[in-house]
This record gives sequence, C-alpha cells and structure tokens, in this order.
Amino acid sequence: MLYREAGQLKTTYAEDMAVFPIRQDRIALAVLLGIAFIGVPLLATFHIWPFSSDYLLWAILLPFLVLALAAIGTNILVGYCGQISLGSGAFMAIGAYAAYKLGTGVHIPFAWLGFAISIPPLPVLVSILIGGLAAAGVGILFGIPSLRIKGLYLAVATLAAQFFFDWLFLRVPWFTNYAPSGSVNAPELIFFGLIVHTPIERYLLCLTFVAVIAALTKNLVRGNLGRQWMAIRDMDIAAELIGIRPLYAKLTAFAVSSFIVGVAGALWAFVYLGSWEPLAFSIDRSLQLLFMVIIGGLGSIMGSFVGAAFILSVPIMLNLIPTELGVPVSTETITHLEFIIFGSLICYLLIKEPRGFARLISIGKEKLRLWPFPY
Amino acid sequence: MIALGQFLEVLIGGLMSGVLYSLVALGFVLIFKASGVFNFAQGAMVLLAGLALVRALDLLMANGFPFWAAIVLGIGFGAAIMATTAWLIERFVIGPLVNQDALTLFMSTIGATFIIEGAAEMIFGSDVYPLRLFPTDAWFVLEGLFPGGILVNKLDVWGGVIAGTLVAGLAIFFQWTKIGRALRAVADDHLAAQSVGIPISRIWFVVWLVAGLVALVAAIVWGTKLGVQFSITFLALKALPVLIIGGLTSIPGAIAGGLIVGAGEKIAEVFLGPSIGGGIEYWFAYVLALAVLLVRPQGLFGERIIERI
Amino acid sequence: MRAPDSSEVLLDVERVSLAFGGVKALRGVSLNIRKGEIRAIIGPNGAGKTSMLNVINGFYHPDQGAITFKGRTRARMRPFESARGGIARTFQNVALFKGMSALDNIMAGRTLKMRRGLLWQMLRYGPAQAEEVEHRRRVEEIIDFLEIEAIRKVPVARLPYGLQKRVELGRALAMEPDLLLLDEPMAGMNLEEKEDMSRFIIDVNNHYGTTIALIEHDMAVVMDLSHRVAVLDHGLKIADGTPDEVKKDQAVIDAYLGVAH
Repeated sequence: MLYREAGQLKTTYAEDMAVFPIRQDRIALAVLLGIAFIGVPLLATFHIWPFSSDYLLWAILLPFLVLALAAIGTNILVGYCGQISLGSGAFMAIGAYAAYKLGTGVHIPFAWLGFAISIPPLPVLVSILIGGLAAAGVGILFGIPSLRIKGLYLAVATLAAQFFFDWLFLRVPWFTNYAPSGSVNAPELIFFGLIVHTPIERYLLCLTFVAVIAALTKNLVRGNLGRQWMAIRDMDIAAELIGIRPLYAKLTAFAVSSFIVGVAGALWAFVYLGSWEPLAFSIDRSLQLLFMVIIGGLGSIMGSFVGAAFILSVPIMLNLIPTELGVPVSTETITHLEFIIFGSLICYLLIKEPRGFARLISIGKEKLRLWPFPY
Repeated sequence: MIALGQFLEVLIGGLMSGVLYSLVALGFVLIFKASGVFNFAQGAMVLLAGLALVRALDLLMANGFPFWAAIVLGIGFGAAIMATTAWLIERFVIGPLVNQDALTLFMSTIGATFIIEGAAEMIFGSDVYPLRLFPTDAWFVLEGLFPGGILVNKLDVWGGVIAGTLVAGLAIFFQWTKIGRALRAVADDHLAAQSVGIPISRIWFVVWLVAGLVALVAAIVWGTKLGVQFSITFLALKALPVLIIGGLTSIPGAIAGGLIVGAGEKIAEVFLGPSIGGGIEYWFAYVLALAVLLVRPQGLFGERIIERI
Repeated sequence: MRAPDSSEVLLDVERVSLAFGGVKALRGVSLNIRKGEIRAIIGPNGAGKTSMLNVINGFYHPDQGAITFKGRTRARMRPFESARGGIARTFQNVALFKGMSALDNIMAGRTLKMRRGLLWQMLRYGPAQAEEVEHRRRVEEIIDFLEIEAIRKVPVARLPYGLQKRVELGRALAMEPDLLLLDEPMAGMNLEEKEDMSRFIIDVNNHYGTTIALIEHDMAVVMDLSHRVAVLDHGLKIADGTPDEVKKDQAVIDAYLGVAH
C-alpha cells in the first residue's frame, strides 16, 4: 500500500526518464540527504548517540564516503563498460600524489635545457581536481591497449599499472618531496578560506564531493555515453556495427573512471589519512574496490554505496560480535574469517544474483510495490 | 671475462627461477586449456598444498616417523587435501556457473582464492614454515673457465628437473590418454562435449585435481626456497606475465614464458636497476607482458583468438 | 511484389572473393542492390550468404573485389564506417545488448545521431536533456510501429525470441539506414510471427523507403516479399532475377535438391 505508483502519471518523456520516477523514492532520497547533510552534523556537534564519540564519524562514515566514491569510479569501468581493472589502487595513488605535489609546489629542473618549471602551491580544491585529471590522463594511456586486448589480458595490463606505480611512488623520491621515511603529510585543507579540520568538517567536505560526483555520474550513465559503455560491455562487435566507436567509448570510460578514482585517492590521503605511504594504495586496495563493486552490484551507482558499506562493516561486525558474546577471538582469526566470508559472498552472489545487492534491493522494491499482495 | 662470468651467473640464476615460475604457471594453463577458466586461485592452492604438506610433515616427524615415511605420507595427505578442494570447487563454485561467461568465472575464482587462503591459514596456521626436502646449497661450475666458477643453486637445478619431468608427463597426458582428449574436447565446446557423453563435472574435477597436484609440486619447490608462508600466494600474480608471454593455452609456452620472465627480470635488475633506482623486478615482468600483448595478443605459443558473431 | 520506381543502384558488389584458410566462402560474386527494393539472397547452407552480408558490413574484408555504396568504392571498410555510411544490420543469433532494456537497446541505435558531448551529458539539464527527449520521441515512433510498447522497459534477456528479433529490428531502424541487412529475420518463428515480421519488413520498405537485403530460408516469404532474388551456392552466384525467374531456374532447383556438381 505504501509503495504504489498508482496515480503518478507521467505526461512527458522527461518525466518518464527521471532518475527517481516514483514519488516515494524521491521522498526517501530527500530524507536521506537531510539526514546526511543536516542530521548527522547536528547529532555529532552535540555528541548525541550514535555520535557520542568521534569514532563513528572518523573511522566509519569518512572512509565509507571516500571508498564509495572510489567504488563508483571502479564501477564505471568494470560494471558499466565491462573492462576488468585490477589497478584501481594505483589510480588512487596517482590522484593522491599528483594532488600532493600540486599542493606543495612543483619544481622540475630541466638542467640540460637550462630552465625549470616551477609552480607555486595550488589551493587544495584545485590540486585535488587536477590530481583527478592526472589520474584520468594515465587512465587513458592504459586504456589504449584495451582495444586490442580484452578481458583477462586487460586485467594483466592493469596489474602492470598497479605494480609499476607502486614502485614509482616508492622509489622515485621526487614524489614524496624527498622525505626520508617515504611517508608524506597532506597540506592544510583550506577550502575557500575555511580551514577543514574537525571530523564533522571533514565529513561534510567528503559528503559534498561524493554527492556532486555521484549526481553527475548518474547523469552520464543514463545518457547516451552510458548506453555506449553498456553496449561495449554486452557485445562490443554489435556495438561497433550500430555506430559506436569502441575507442571513444572505452577511453571515456577509462578517463571518467580514473578521474573519480583519482579524486577519491586524493580525498583518502588528504582528508581521511592525513599522512600516508604508498602501501595505502596497493593491490589489496584494488581488490577491495573490485569486491565492493561485485558485491554491491555491477553497473549500479547505488550498488557502489551498498558494496562499500558492506565491505567496511564486515570487519567491524567480526570484531564486535565476539566481544559482545564474550568469546575471545584473535585478530588473525578475524582476518581469516573476513577472507572466507568475502570469498564465499562473492561466489554466492555470482551464482545467485550476479548483479549484486543492488539487484536484490530492486527486487525487494518490486515486491514492495505489490505488498501486501504476493503478485 | 669477469663481466661475462657475472652475466652468465645472473642469466642462469634467472633461468632457474624462471623454471620455478613455470611450475606455477603450469597449473593455470591446465585449467584454462581444459575449461576456459582462468584460475586466479592457483596461488592460493599452492599455499594450501604447502601448508598441508609441511604441517603433516612436522606432525609426523614429531611423532617419531622416519624422514622418508613422513615425506610419503605428507605428500599423500597434501594430495588428498587438493583432491577434496578440487571436488569442493567443482561442486560449489565452478559447476553452478558452468554456462556463464569467462569474466564471471574468473571473478568466482577470485572469490575462491579468498576462501582458500582464509581456510588454509585458519586450519593449518599462518606462520612461516620451513621445508627441507632438497639441498639448497650452492654449486660452483665451470671453475676452469671462470675464476671462482659460476654459482648455481642446487635447489634450482632440482626445480628444473622436476618441472621438465612434469611438463613431459602432462604433455603425454593431454595428447595420448583418453581423459586428456576429453579435456581438450570440453575446453573447445562443453555443450558439444556433453552431447557426446563426456561427463563434464567429472572432467572438471579431474582438471582441478591435476592442477592441485601441480600446485603441490610447486609448493614443494617454492616452499623449500622461501618457506611455506602467505606470500607464496603472490606467485600467482607473478605467473600472469609468464602466461601472457607464453600463451594461456600452451604448456611449452608456460616453460618458455617462465624462462623469459625469470631471465629478463634478473638481468634487468642487475644491469639496468642501479641506474633507475632498483626494485625493477617488481614490475619488469608486467611491462614485458604488456609489450608482448600489444604485438602478439595471443602470446608466443598461444592460439589465435578469432571473434565471431 | 511490385518493382520499386527507381533503378538507381545503391550497392554494387563486384567480383568479391573471400576465403578462410582453405574454405572459399565467396568466389568472384557480383551482385547489385537497387535503391528502394527488397533484395533476397538465398541458397543452401554454407553458400556464403552470411559472409556476403559480413563483407558488405565491413566485418570481413574481401580478398579480391570491391564494394561500391552510394557511389563510393571501397576496398576495405570498418564496421563503424559502414554504420556511419547508412548500413544497418540484424543478426542470425540475435545480437542485442543483454544488459539493457528494449528501449535502451533501440535508443543505443540513435548514437550516430546524437551530438551532445560528455560534459553536456554530465550536466543533463539543458541541451543534453532536450536531445534525449527528442530522440526518445523518434524511438517511440519506432516502438509504436513495431507494436512493442508493452515491453519497452523489459530487459531484453527476458523477452521471448520473436520479440527480441523485433527489438533488434527496431534498433536497426533507429539508425535511419539507407540499406538494411537482415540475416534470417524469420528464423525460429511460427507462422503468426512470420506474418507479423513480413508485414513489418514491407512497411519499412514502403513507409520509410529503406532498401532491404535479406537472407532467408523460407521460400514462401522470399517469393512474396522480394523484388529480386540472388541465389548463391558454394560461394558462387548461380541465379539472379525476379522471384518467378529464379523459381524456375534449373540450376537453382539442382542446388536445393542436392544434385552433385
């Protein structure tokens, strides 16, 4: 009864093509945004449960937002365009280090040419965005082979990117501004004159980035470019025969995906970690993002959020439940259990519902439309 | 003369470690050749086999079994574990996904990887376990030609011999036995194979079992070299460039690819490394594989992929 | 079928040969397609009919010979170029995008007509939205024409075979092609579905003026629908003319009855 479309007639194609055609969905979205933008900061400022301490905000919501963003980026490439990527971690790193260099001033001496390129430190917002563009550029570069190599072989190419950039940021000291320990600190986060420092401020900053980028991405995937991506994913030969240029579609997928992942990387480094080293973006991160996308739902923006939430919450559950039950479990066993649970879930979802939790949710919504009737 | 000597040493060392890579790559080729599935979990299988073996060995020796008996029983136990794993994978992961596309199957093996890694360490432990089945000391050859001789590691030589034997055995298996032919039929077209009466699930069980046994062999060699520990799973990642260069469907390709990667890596590291910053080994193989992919997408020995509508 | 008004040649295939390894799919085949006609290409299995369509499409490149389309002669053409030139195609095994709905599949066919780039699409409000609505309107005309309104939002993987073929036809029509290549459009259909599909093909030819080349095995359909027929056998053209002429040709009868030659 609650979730019915009856009476909501659409008279224009524009209405029919809206992101949330059903009014109940629009209300739900408004409530969600209200809680996110207003409710959470309010509760956190006055330390009302569940925000009695900063833990929820800093250790859970913040990484959730940034990783969800990275998952959206990964989903564009893997879920919408069907190009498997095992190198997302490297693109986060590129975004982070590029933003770092731009935020702390770039100085490239061309001794053999007699001059040097010197750029003063740029504002943080600009650095992050250009960091994303740098990642996009590299993404396009690594996307070029994707015309000739497909599927699995492309996965190897992305692995090449992952390992190469792992090495680059570790061994070429220019990227870390010659820091002896190899780890770097983010510049001060000043946006339009305001210093972002407290957990609430960081949370709102990331929330804004995520909301804006998610909205723009949603527009892209429901438009012509999104259809081109999905066509390439489903049957690239047929796609070419209806006039889609595979090069353009694949390279735009790599570019957009890498941009978003790069921005997420910069946010991860600057806003969440504060100081980091290359290990933060290793192959484990790439696999984690891939898992989020598979579990959450390939080809679904909402799925990226669900996947990120899930992957982040399992370790927490695994820590909490034994403690609550009073059963001591070693951290090692918890790690092993995590592995087993994630692996099993991936296999289970691939068998039962390859389109992940997002699909399960939309099946749930379909059932809800009929509720309380069974069909 | 000294430079040549050093070059030879590095080359031989590289070739030998390349053979060890091939051992891992062989497992991939087997499964891919016979089912079209790229088994990301091969590295995890090596870990599982190694852990099962080494823990059984330690337990038996601690209970007074003589060395040789312990080895035989240990290997038997390892083989049994791999057989069980093969059955479980075929029943619960690959079987249900039999008609899905290659990408889905690949991702399911990623899932299987994590399950195997988690379970293996939970059951058998997550320390580093040394394995002493071969002599690991060095051997100096050609002392007449080069001062001091060329350093060759005995373990590497054993590894080469084992790999060679394994390859010969597998080649015979595929070409001349009934099961081998059935495997090749299934790889080509499993619907057609089913319609002539080939039992797919049994075949796939055999495939994964053989791959598991290959993993056991690889575990024995690598375990002696590095000790049985979690980082062995990263060998799977190293095997990828080997497969790309050699071709995913070719057993001799796995050997050739391994040799090229092993030698290439070491030579690049020793002779190019110092000028670029060291640690090239980390990514050299991948960039090499990428280069090969661009020029010859099917690898040196692989079959051409023809797209059809 | 009444012959079309013009006798202007839209597509000219000149002595095209194509071989795969030892198999000679096409051997020096020449045929032409006149503007506005429905041209059938028939022949026993393995005659080279699908290879002919693939060559016209640019999917295979002929070893010898040339293709002239709308006055331009090309030796080698990439599939994208053939699409852009105005050739659309359906396939024997339906080549729809299984992850999308029927509507999205047909909208995908409008790609060549869409102008607004990435940045506008990201923004959506404004020019990109207007363009999307405009093309949606055109696609809805096609949906009405093919009588598939009820299933437009259904993911194509869930549709029965006959409807999938209709959606595929819709996607090809969305390209507003000059030449439509249909590879066995009636395959696997029952009598009713065949009648529907025949009606659509005739309507497309009459209403939109599209030139159509079709491969088909059902003789009754071929004789009723087409203006002219070309018959292939073992890579050679053995007959070419109106349906009546071809029906009576001895070589054609032999080929179908399997007389050794």
